[in-house]
Amino acid sequence: MEKSAVFSSKLLPYLLLVPQLIITFVFFYWPASQALWQSFLREDAFGLSSEFIGMENYQALFAQPEYYKAMLTTLVFSTLVAGLSLTIALLFATQADKSLKAAPAYKTFMIWPYAVAPAVAGVLWIFMFHPSLGTLARPLRWMNFDWNPLLNGNHAMALVVMAAIWKQISYNFLFFLAGLQSIPKSVIEAGAIDGAGPMRRFWTIIFPLLSPTSFFLLVVNVVYVFFDTFGIIDAVTGGGPAGATTTMVYKVYADGRLGGDLGSSAAQSVVLMIIVIALTAVQFRYVERKVQY
Amino acid sequence: MAFRHLGLATTLAATLALANPAHAVTELQWWHAMTGGNNDIVNKLAEEFNASQSDYKVVPSYKGNYPDTMNAGIAAFRAGNAPHIMQVFEVGTATMMSATGAIKPVYQLMKDAGEPFDPKAYLPAITGYYSTSKGDMLSFPFNSSSMVMWINKDELKKAGVAEIPKTWPEVFDAAKKLKAAGHTTCGFSNAWATWAHIEQFSAWHNVPIGTKANGLDGFDTELKFNSPLHIKHLQNLIDLQKDKTYDYSGRASASEGRFSSGECAIFLTSSGYYATAKGTAKFDFTSVPMPYYPDVAGAPQNSIIGGASLWVMGGKKPEEYKGVAKFFAFLSDTNRQAKLHQESGYLPITKAAYEKTKADGFYEKNPILQTPLKELTNKEPTENSRGLRFGNMVQMRDIWAEEIEAALGGQKTAKEALDAAVARGNAILRTFEKTAK
Repeated sequence: MEKSAVFSSKLLPYLLLVPQLIITFVFFYWPASQALWQSFLREDAFGLSSEFIGMENYQALFAQPEYYKAMLTTLVFSTLVAGLSLTIALLFATQADKSLKAAPAYKTFMIWPYAVAPAVAGVLWIFMFHPSLGTLARPLRWMNFDWNPLLNGNHAMALVVMAAIWKQISYNFLFFLAGLQSIPKSVIEAGAIDGAGPMRRFWTIIFPLLSPTSFFLLVVNVVYVFFDTFGIIDAVTGGGPAGATTTMVYKVYADGRLGGDLGSSAAQSVVLMIIVIALTAVQFRYVERKVQY
Repeated sequence: MAFRHLGLATTLAATLALANPAHAVTELQWWHAMTGGNNDIVNKLAEEFNASQSDYKVVPSYKGNYPDTMNAGIAAFRAGNAPHIMQVFEVGTATMMSATGAIKPVYQLMKDAGEPFDPKAYLPAITGYYSTSKGDMLSFPFNSSSMVMWINKDELKKAGVAEIPKTWPEVFDAAKKLKAAGHTTCGFSNAWATWAHIEQFSAWHNVPIGTKANGLDGFDTELKFNSPLHIKHLQNLIDLQKDKTYDYSGRASASEGRFSSGECAIFLTSSGYYATAKGTAKFDFTSVPMPYYPDVAGAPQNSIIGGASLWVMGGKKPEEYKGVAKFFAFLSDTNRQAKLHQESGYLPITKAAYEKTKADGFYEKNPILQTPLKELTNKEPTENSRGLRFGNMVQMRDIWAEEIEAALGGQKTAKEALDAAVARGNAILRTFEKTAK
């Protein structure tokens, strides 16, 4: 019964691959190789003079105490954002999966924040939490809580973490919901008949069956916190106060684009690229083993 | 359907009309970073210039905030299609002037084009910032301002502060009184943290920010602002921050609203804040010169300018440069300068425009606009107060601000913070020196 069409031409599969390969090359390999090359150069902002200096950019980078601080900040920031946005989104999705009257409206509202650009999201949060002008900061001050993200690093971190999570929950929610809906009802009902309570059903049936989605989202979220959050950080804190919210990707931006130090900026991108590739590899090697497809 | 065809036909006709002007007009691209009322001024200037002659057309485009505009210009230059005129903020000066070949110095431009140009007609306190040590003007000052202290007179009166403070100790006293009178979250504050407490503070007290006349005389400059005076000042701020007699307001100008909302009754920021203050502050306010420490010999000296200037990019056709030169001559016109100054609150760039505004009796009615001019011309500028020129200044300001924040947040002492700011700044200067040569 099986039908298979065999194309005689050896060229055709490659031709069909060409568009995808071109896109990958133009948008990934080419810029990545440029960054790698630039990280060995010392160049002025205008590109009028450039000089090959080998590993000097990397040596200078790893001699900076600020760089290690940025690494630590990135670790704290990414753990908080990825962890919290996944947990909260899962909680929301399980609630939305129940048969509710207003479920469609609820789902729609949940998805909205994803359509907001990071910089705009940042500005929204500034308006809410600016120490003296913010609408939500004032009640905090009335309660005698000295809310001051301009000088208190922990407050500033809390603010960017909130903004970054708020933005990412929608995306995670969407995938978790789809994942939940694809779990056969019969399995859950069978569990219920056998006397398993809602919590037990969740941890022994739903959560394992959801693991492919969770794993995918973990990878995507890690990439998100590493690369896509700098728009929020730039708008909300500008990396301050005293570097408390300067993550590695924000430092790439600050040194390269604002500082005109393209060599160091490129070196930092390369380091960042290596870290993310390594992280993703680790995820696929070790975490994926626990995923049940 | 008919409607759609009509629409298409109109578009086509319009395109053809644009493509076939009566005669060849040379277009001059002008990239700028002005928003709101200042954006209107830019557009109006371009319109007036375009209407005044028929050979050239200045086309202004807004390219985002100052760093965005500068980066857009640099990226465009690297791609081979830079604009003719680019507005660059004062801290980008060193980066621009070191880019020989990427820019066309203004004095050269005027000479080549044969436009009448007398460098002595311009206010030295302003053009000095944008000139070589020999006095050759490199870029054309456009919007210049200085830092002044804004005073909410109503609140000062309520708090029982009889006289507007002149010195830092007087400001601290007034702030304590304001705090006691209900300003619990802010006795006094400032925008542009490093501009206020490092750059202007040093010039105003005639102490160096860095060697080599703050970098004006060479890129081999070294930072010097960790002196006992600087440490003492920062220590005062740290002490006052604890109970919010002083309250930090961030690195840029986003918190200027704290003055117009009445929260901070004493606030140091740019004199260019005038237009906004006029529109938003619902109380009696004024601006006065920045405070100083009376025990410092020779203080106050003179302030330095801020704002932006127009840079002419390199590699354009002689014909286009002629148009740019004509445009600059047009901008320098006395009446136009005087009007620009009186409407926008930015400083006049020619002596004649300043004299004319004075003669018109404008300052008697608007003393606020004269405050920055009084500061700038307070004394003959010294090595420490002519200006400053440090490479990668944008990044440098962020680093200095980081250290000030660490000190005010209680993580570092005043000395530790300033030593670190100087050391990290020097590292940047050395990198820049290697690329600039």
